[in-house]
Amino acid sequence: MTSFTPDRRTLLKGGAATAAAVATMSADQLLGFAKAWAQSSPFKPESGAKINLLRWKRFVEAEDVAFMKMIEAFQKATGVQVNVSNESYDDIQPKASVAANTGQGLDMVWGLYSLPFLFPSKCLDVSDVAKYLGDKYGGWTQSAEAFGKLGDKWIGIPIATTGALVAYRKSAIEKAGFKEFPKDLAGFSELVKGMNKNGTPAGMALGHASGDANTWLHWALWAHGGYLIDKNNKVIINSPETAKSLEYVKGLYDNFIPGTASWNDSNNNKAYIAGQLYLTVNGISVYVTAKKENPDMAKDTFHANLPLGVDGKLRELHLAFPMLIFTFSKFPNACKALTAFMLEADQFNPWVEAAQGYLSPFLKAYDANPIWTADPKNTLYRDVAKNALTPAGLGQLNEAAAAAIADFIVVDMYANYCTGREDLKGAMASAERQAKRIYR
Amino acid sequence: MSTVQTSLRTAVEDTSLAARWQQLRANRNWQAMWFMLPTAAFLLLFLAYPLGLGIWMSFTDERIGRPGIFIGLENYEWLWDDAVFWLSVFNTLLYTIVASIIKFAVGLYLALLLNRHMPFKAMIRAVVLIPFIVPTVLSAIAFWWIYDTQFSILSWSLIKLGIINENINFLGDANWARASVIFANIWRGVPFVAITLLAGLQTVSPSLYEAATLDGATNWQRFRYVTYPLLTPIIAVVMTFSVLFTFTDFQLIWALTRGGPVNATHLMATLSYQRGILSGRLGEGAAIATAMIPFLLAAIAISWFGMQRRKWQQGNDND
Repeated sequence: MTSFTPDRRTLLKGGAATAAAVATMSADQLLGFAKAWAQSSPFKPESGAKINLLRWKRFVEAEDVAFMKMIEAFQKATGVQVNVSNESYDDIQPKASVAANTGQGLDMVWGLYSLPFLFPSKCLDVSDVAKYLGDKYGGWTQSAEAFGKLGDKWIGIPIATTGALVAYRKSAIEKAGFKEFPKDLAGFSELVKGMNKNGTPAGMALGHASGDANTWLHWALWAHGGYLIDKNNKVIINSPETAKSLEYVKGLYDNFIPGTASWNDSNNNKAYIAGQLYLTVNGISVYVTAKKENPDMAKDTFHANLPLGVDGKLRELHLAFPMLIFTFSKFPNACKALTAFMLEADQFNPWVEAAQGYLSPFLKAYDANPIWTADPKNTLYRDVAKNALTPAGLGQLNEAAAAAIADFIVVDMYANYCTGREDLKGAMASAERQAKRIYR
Repeated sequence: MSTVQTSLRTAVEDTSLAARWQQLRANRNWQAMWFMLPTAAFLLLFLAYPLGLGIWMSFTDERIGRPGIFIGLENYEWLWDDAVFWLSVFNTLLYTIVASIIKFAVGLYLALLLNRHMPFKAMIRAVVLIPFIVPTVLSAIAFWWIYDTQFSILSWSLIKLGIINENINFLGDANWARASVIFANIWRGVPFVAITLLAGLQTVSPSLYEAATLDGATNWQRFRYVTYPLLTPIIAVVMTFSVLFTFTDFQLIWALTRGGPVNATHLMATLSYQRGILSGRLGEGAAIATAMIPFLLAAIAISWFGMQRRKWQQGNDND
C-alpha cells in the first residue's frame, strides 16, 4: 500500500540549517562513543543481525538528520544492519498492524500513543531495557510507565513525547484584552470569542487528526471531569460532565476559523504560518518553523498550557512515541540494543537538541538538557511528560483503549455535536455505544 | 463438447487399461484440463481464497495479531444498529449513483465530440486521458489543495472576483464535502468512459449513417436509432466497470477526507479499513466489506442481463 497522506510537512524544513549548529557532537565523536558503548553494553546484538525499523515521518527535519546519524553510528559500532523506513503519522499504525498480523516485514516500530497495546501479544518484553535505562537516567516519569507497561511487563519503550500545547500570537490575545494567557476554562473561552471578533481567530482540529484532534479534545473532556472509562475500564462517557465539555467545546468551535472539522495534522501548522490562524494547539513545530521562515511571527509566538480543569488540575494528552519490538523478530537482542542506545545520554542529548523541543523526554535525567532553557519559550515543552495521561485517562492502557483512540471515538463525539450532526444526548450515546462494544 | 470417439472402443478387454490410457491421452478435454489447471489454481489462491477468508472472518471476532473465535452473526447484528454503518451505505450509494450517471453523460458527450473529424484529433484524444493516467493519490492531493479550507484556489478566485466574502468550507461541511469528493471522482472517471465509448463508436459502420441520412434522419434520430443501439453492449460493459470502481473507491476519499467531516463521506470501503485495520477489529471490518458484496452482485447482475438481452436483440433485429 502506498502512503495516502499528502506530505506538506516539508513545509517544516525550518530546522535543517540549524541542525549542524545545534548537534554538538560530530559524527566521529558519535562513532567513538558508539564503539565504546557496544563494548560495555549489556545488550549484545546477534552477529549478522539485520533490523527493519519503521518510524514516523519527521516534522522537524534536523531531528531526522540526527536520528539517521545515530543509526549510522550504531551500525558501524555493532555491525548490525538497520533499515529505516518512514511513514506519516496516520500510516504508521496500519503498516505496523499488518506486520503484527502476518508476523513478518518489520522488527521494530517507532509509533504513536498506544501502538504496542493494539497487539500486546506481539510485542517483545522489554522490561530489561526499561530497567537499564530507568536506573541509569533518573527513573521514568509516571506517564512513561503508563505508556510502556502492560501489567508488570514493559511492552514498549516510550522514547519521547511531543507536547500538545497552546501556541498563540501575543499581539492577538492582547488585542482581545488579555495580558496573560488565561489559566481557567471560562477565560480561555472568552479569549477565543474575543479573538474571533477581532478577525484573528483561533482554531484546533476536529477532523481525524491522530495528533492534533485527539490531544486537545481529550484535554477538554478531562478538564470537565468527563472520562471515556473509569479506573476499572468501565465505560462512563455518557455523563453530565461530558455534556458540559461538549457545550464548552461547541462554544469554542463556533468561534474558530471555519473548516476545522476537516483539518488533519498539518492544517493548523500551515494556517498559522500563513498568518491566518492566531492560536492553536500543536507540537513545538509551529514555532520552530516560524523561527526559520518568519522571525517576526516567532517573536510574537508564545506557548502556554491548556487551562486547568474545573477541579484546578491540569490533565493533558500528549503525543507519546513508543518503540516496540515484535516477538517474531529474529534479532531481538539487536533491537533491544538499538532501543537502549537511542536513549543513551551521549547521543540522545544532541538528538533532542536537533529536534528543537519537538521531542520531550520521559527519563527524568534529560530535563537538564540546555535546549529547554536556552530559549524560555521551549521550557513548557520540557515538562509535558509530567502532566500527561494516557489515552485511557483514568483507566489502564490496553487493547481496547488503543482501539478506542484509533477509532476516534472521542473526536467524533465532539465533531458530531459541534457540526450539528447530532444533539448532545445523541452524540454521547453514539460514543457510549461504540466504546461499550470495544470494552465488552 | 465431447471429442471422445466411440468407434475406438473396439479394443480387446484385457488390453483395455493401456487402451484407455491411450484414449485418455488423445482426449482433448483431458489435455485442456491440465492447461487450465494453473489458471484455476491462480484464481482459487488469489481470488476465491481471500474472498472466502474475508467472509469467514466476518463471522469471527478476530483482531489484529490475535485469531478470533466464531461468533455467528454478531458483527452483522451490531452493524444493523450502527448509524455510522448505515450512513456509509447511504454515502456509498449516493456517491456511486450520482458519480456514475454524470460520468456516463459527460463521457458519452465527450466521446461523440471526439468521434468527429477535427484537427489534432489524436492529440486531443490523448489529452482527455490525462486524468485517468495520473495516479489517484496524486490527483487527490491536487484536489486536496483545491479544496483546502484556508488556501483553496477556488475560494480565493471567487473572493477576488467579489462573488463570495469568505472561503467555501469545501471539506468541512457535510454536503460540500460530499459534492467535492463526487466531483473529484467524476473528473477522474470520465476519461475511462469517454475513451471506451469512443472505441465503440468507431466500430459503427459509416454506411449505416449514410443510409440514415439518405432516409432523411435528423441528428437526434441518427443517434437514437443507429448509434445508441449499436453502442448498448459497450455501454453495459463500461457502466458495469464504472459502477464497480466507484462503489469500491477508497484512495480518493482517504486522501481527501478520511471519511470526514464527521463520517459524512465515509464509504463502506473506508469505514471497513478504519474499523478493521486502524482500530484493529478485523472481524467487524470484514463484515462491512462483506456487506458490499450483495450490492456489487446486483450491479453485475443488472448489466449481465442487459447484455443478454442485447445479444438476443442483435440475433433477431439486426443483420
